Amino acid sequence: MPAFDAFRPLALLALAGLGAMVLSVSVGSAGLSLADTLAALTGSGSELNRTLVLELRLPRTLAAFATGGLLAVAGALMQVLLRNPLADPYVLGLSGGAAVGALLSMLAGVAGVIVTASAFGGALLSTLMVFGLAHGTGSWTPTRLLLTGVVVAAGWGAIITLLLALAPTRELPGMLYWLMGDVAYAGSPWPAFVLLVLACLLVIPAGRSLNVLARGPLQAAALGVNVRPMEWTIYIGASLLTATAVTTAGSIGFVGLVVPHMLRLVLGNDQRIILPACALGGGALLVLVDTLARVVISPEQLPVGVITALLGVPTFLYLLYRSR
Amino acid sequence: MDTLQARQLVIDIPGRTGGSPLNLTVEAGQVWGVLGPNGAGKTTLLHTLAGLRLPREGEVRLGEYPLTEVRRRSVAQQLGLVFQDRQDGFPATVLETALIGRHPWLSLWQMESGDDLNRAEAALKALDVVHLKDRLVSTLSGGERQRVAIATVLTQNPDTWLLDEPTNHLDLHHQVAVMQLLKQQAEAGRAIFMCLHDLNLAARWCDHLLLLFPNGEACWGHASQMLVPSALESLYNQKLITVEADGAPVFVPAKG
Repeated sequence: MPAFDAFRPLALLALAGLGAMVLSVSVGSAGLSLADTLAALTGSGSELNRTLVLELRLPRTLAAFATGGLLAVAGALMQVLLRNPLADPYVLGLSGGAAVGALLSMLAGVAGVIVTASAFGGALLSTLMVFGLAHGTGSWTPTRLLLTGVVVAAGWGAIITLLLALAPTRELPGMLYWLMGDVAYAGSPWPAFVLLVLACLLVIPAGRSLNVLARGPLQAAALGVNVRPMEWTIYIGASLLTATAVTTAGSIGFVGLVVPHMLRLVLGNDQRIILPACALGGGALLVLVDTLARVVISPEQLPVGVITALLGVPTFLYLLYRSR
Repeated sequence: MDTLQARQLVIDIPGRTGGSPLNLTVEAGQVWGVLGPNGAGKTTLLHTLAGLRLPREGEVRLGEYPLTEVRRRSVAQQLGLVFQDRQDGFPATVLETALIGRHPWLSLWQMESGDDLNRAEAALKALDVVHLKDRLVSTLSGGERQRVAIATVLTQNPDTWLLDEPTNHLDLHHQVAVMQLLKQQAEAGRAIFMCLHDLNLAARWCDHLLLLFPNGEACWGHASQMLVPSALESLYNQKLITVEADGAPVFVPAKG
């Protein structure tokens, strides 16, 4: 595809992302006009508005964008790896592993960075388990990998229920919110953001190899791709992205499934375009969904994971129904 | 040009113990046909020669070097492979599919250029599928997909072509067209090595033949020496009637 045509959809998605972010910081219990919002963002306007926009809403919006982008890119990478559009970090049990890690550390009474590290460990452990077990003696067959992921995810689900049953009552609300996925408690959005940008930059040189890998490992090897190292890189990379997303905003499901699927329908399947598009589109989607979650039963807030699941489940079922 | 060479090569077929080691060189300008019954190891041999599988014994050499010591990308610049089975995980158009043949020739940061696009379109034209270039491969017939796969290797433009049943699913006209194309490639200095089911296509178009028996025994050489009815009958375990047509022997399976 000529470079010019390729970048037009990316530019459009970037504009959509910016628009979503401006909307997100202007909407809320105290609504701001567009002019007020832009004034606050550029550092003028009233003190109150600046605090509201820059200190309260903007970090949350950025965290939502980075989380959505990371999940969508991780999902798209796993789909290439498994050559199956149903692969998703949530479906494959990565999010479940991260959740168990985080809950365990919360139960142990620690907070902050240790919860993050623990969730990260859980996600990586889950990936290793799923890929190790599905590998067995032969090679990774996509169906076997997907099934292993689903079963491992179910196992994590049971452990999560057990942990919730054992948890003292005062810990429950925080744990539940974390499980449902909520950007309200997001810490600094920057680690996730930096990782997202790095991932997009790395994808540009790797994109054509990913395109070839999507045709199957034998065909890729015949066209000069070092298949095994490439597969391991994707799988560790996707775990890293997922773990960072999960530790930023809890386990938000189905973004990694819905966004790549929608974008592929429109843009085709050139990874050099799809992966950056997923970063932008996933970010924009999660910012919008989070805005919706804040206003739909305002002043109460819904966890954002509820809405993504409500969108994602029908999409997943539709994909499954359409596939052979 | 770097030739493909099998030295003392025994392919790894599970459960097979014996077998004669292969010692053969596929040189520029030659058209090789591999004949053998189902399960004789034709596909495994092709994949071993392409370095996608390790041999049980012996080695494959590409030019001066053992295949295992050549970088995958450099192998892909010299050696192309048309697979018998293809997976279409994600939808892709015919033109995109042919274009991936340029992958080994482009550096990490390079996008496909107009020249790459022209090569892909010319290859699609040579295989008579250029009118389908914007169609999704998944919507094509088996024969059309086969031609797209051959066009992908033509776009790749390697010196040595390995093909697994290149005439599968093709109608008579396109069978002849594909064999003619391969012959032209050989005349232009490339080496062709293909598995074939159709004895008569092999007899007509190949100048060298390799007969692969189910027990792992093999013999190879000039087509004229290999096309011995008694050898072919024992190869396929099938009585044959030989007639002559258009200057080449034609083998027809005998009834009963």
